[in-house]
Amino acid sequence: MKGMTIIVKTIASWIKVLVFLFGIYIILFGHLTPGGGFAGGVILAGSYILLLLAFGKEYAEENLPISLASKLDCIAAFLFIALALCGFIYGAGFFFYNFIQQKFLVEYESAGELVSAGAIPLYNIFIGIKVAASLFLVTLVLSAFRLESQE
Amino acid sequence: MSIPLPLFIALPLASAFLLPLCGKKFKGFASLAATVVIAVLLVMSILSFGRFDVYIVGRWTIPLGINLVLDGLSALMLATISTVSFTAMLFSNRYMEQYTSKNKYLSLFLLMVTGMNGVVLSGDIFNLFVFLEIASIASYALVGFGCEHEELEAAFKYMTLGTVASMFVLFGVGVVYGNTGSLNMAVISRYVAENGINTGLAFALALFTTGFGLKAALVPFHAWLPDAHPSAPAPISAMLSGVLIKALGIYSLSRVIFNVLGISVQISWVLIALGVLSMVIGVFLAVGQWDFKRLLAYHSISQMGYVILGIGMAALILSNGGNPAWASLALLGGLFHLMNHAVFKSLLFLTSGSVEMSTGTRQLKELGGLAERLPVTRSTCTIASAAIAGVPPFNGFWSKLILVIAAVQAGLYGLAAVTVLVSIVTLISFLKVQRYVFLGELPENLKSTAEHRGLMACAMILLAILCVFMGALVIYEPFRVVVLDNAVNALSDGFAYAGKVLSAQILTGQ
Repeated sequence: MKGMTIIVKTIASWIKVLVFLFGIYIILFGHLTPGGGFAGGVILAGSYILLLLAFGKEYAEENLPISLASKLDCIAAFLFIALALCGFIYGAGFFFYNFIQQKFLVEYESAGELVSAGAIPLYNIFIGIKVAASLFLVTLVLSAFRLESQE
Repeated sequence: MSIPLPLFIALPLASAFLLPLCGKKFKGFASLAATVVIAVLLVMSILSFGRFDVYIVGRWTIPLGINLVLDGLSALMLATISTVSFTAMLFSNRYMEQYTSKNKYLSLFLLMVTGMNGVVLSGDIFNLFVFLEIASIASYALVGFGCEHEELEAAFKYMTLGTVASMFVLFGVGVVYGNTGSLNMAVISRYVAENGINTGLAFALALFTTGFGLKAALVPFHAWLPDAHPSAPAPISAMLSGVLIKALGIYSLSRVIFNVLGISVQISWVLIALGVLSMVIGVFLAVGQWDFKRLLAYHSISQMGYVILGIGMAALILSNGGNPAWASLALLGGLFHLMNHAVFKSLLFLTSGSVEMSTGTRQLKELGGLAERLPVTRSTCTIASAAIAGVPPFNGFWSKLILVIAAVQAGLYGLAAVTVLVSIVTLISFLKVQRYVFLGELPENLKSTAEHRGLMACAMILLAILCVFMGALVIYEPFRVVVLDNAVNALSDGFAYAGKVLSAQILTGQ
């Protein structure tokens, strides 16, 4: 039988959405409340790992194929560096310069609001995607190997 | 126009994440792109000689933000890293065709270069730890890249000891932060210069010596190296032995001891003891080896001993208040040997890769008589062997000569004798390599061996040319002043590092 009992499967299918939403919340409010890209990314990955544990590896792979996860991983990391390089271009030669805050939001009083802090929420989103994809891939790869003695 | 320092880190990092996106169709393109990126880094690092530059990341000034510092020592390390990685990349274009998923290899290779460039440029001690981990984790994966049983075992051993080393460094960083209230190397250096070193900082120094000593594979901490370096693919062995142990181990150790926490007589004797132990034990373990790459790996330990010995002697002379000229000479010898070792040891690993690729074995007893079958490999390997043993016209001779002169001038006659003795034993073990690989009788099963030419031969010839002409760096005065003297001054200035970095920040900052 694939995965665990019907009780676990039912509960997991309810909870996975909540976990996923909570991960997105942690990432988006990373610059305002405790948490951020890494913590939120771990929670996002957690929702997929829950699927993997409850329904088995094949079901989790259908939801997030390995090729897609590895592409997301690379693209998010690249966008992170690209944003830092944009700071370099727009910020008079300063790498990681928060150019969005300084150029576009400087006159707009926004402290404490969701759209504030310039480039930092964007960095959080990229980190979140990268961490979620990488941790999911790590778990998937670890679940692919069995000890020789068990077979 | 000066090159912005973060490009040394951002360029390889960005391409490391872009290359895995190229599918199988664009495999040729991925190799080409990686080679171009490394070539650009090489040009940038050569242009950065003679500059002193402090870069403030994100426009946050020093006590708040992270800064990158380019001084003479960083420039020397950058040039060494780029030269070795360029030749290793040329070599791996053909060599890595034996393995699958070349894009992942290129990506990990570039990540390792990113980590090493970050370590040598960072002016922030925690940032140094982060880059150290990037380089280390990429190298753990690369050591096990073949996925054979033996390689995975070596990679796991390397990972365990490497993680222990990182934990030591991280704990040391924590203790330093607790005692000085800053993570910035210039600020810590100013604090230590004003208040002296207390018990906590001395403990941190011990932690750093252990952690970086493990990364540099100095003798009591060397157990991982003879397994890890031979198991990796040949270009990666060249990178690991050639630059990784130097950038993560020697560079970080000497930067922390000379510029951040300050030298003392005790730490100098610790360095000298580590150096002598590594030299002697490494070389005697190497003589008995019958595996080509394992023999080279033990020699890496021994040659790292020379570098640490030079640095330790300089620290001893400086902290005893001796003649600074001899301290500079000892440092010059150590740092020049570091560059030379990077060149000839990576060349030796590349030739061992070439031999292994052509014959399918690296056991010295199964080889023989390959001189005519592999002419380019043979000639480059002979040049590198002569260089590592310290035969006169080649680069290894000059650095060993300088080390011996410095030891004699400092009155450390025993150390001078050990240096010469170890050099002789090195010569013996490389005569063994020449005898069993290239001379003697050609075994039946190797009659049809053919050499792989093209880029692989190019990479080896390039390094062999460097072996022959690098002596010019000490003989020809303008080269010496720009390349080596700047690096020597960066270390022997000691706490003046703090003043230079902080004042340069005011000039370039807002």
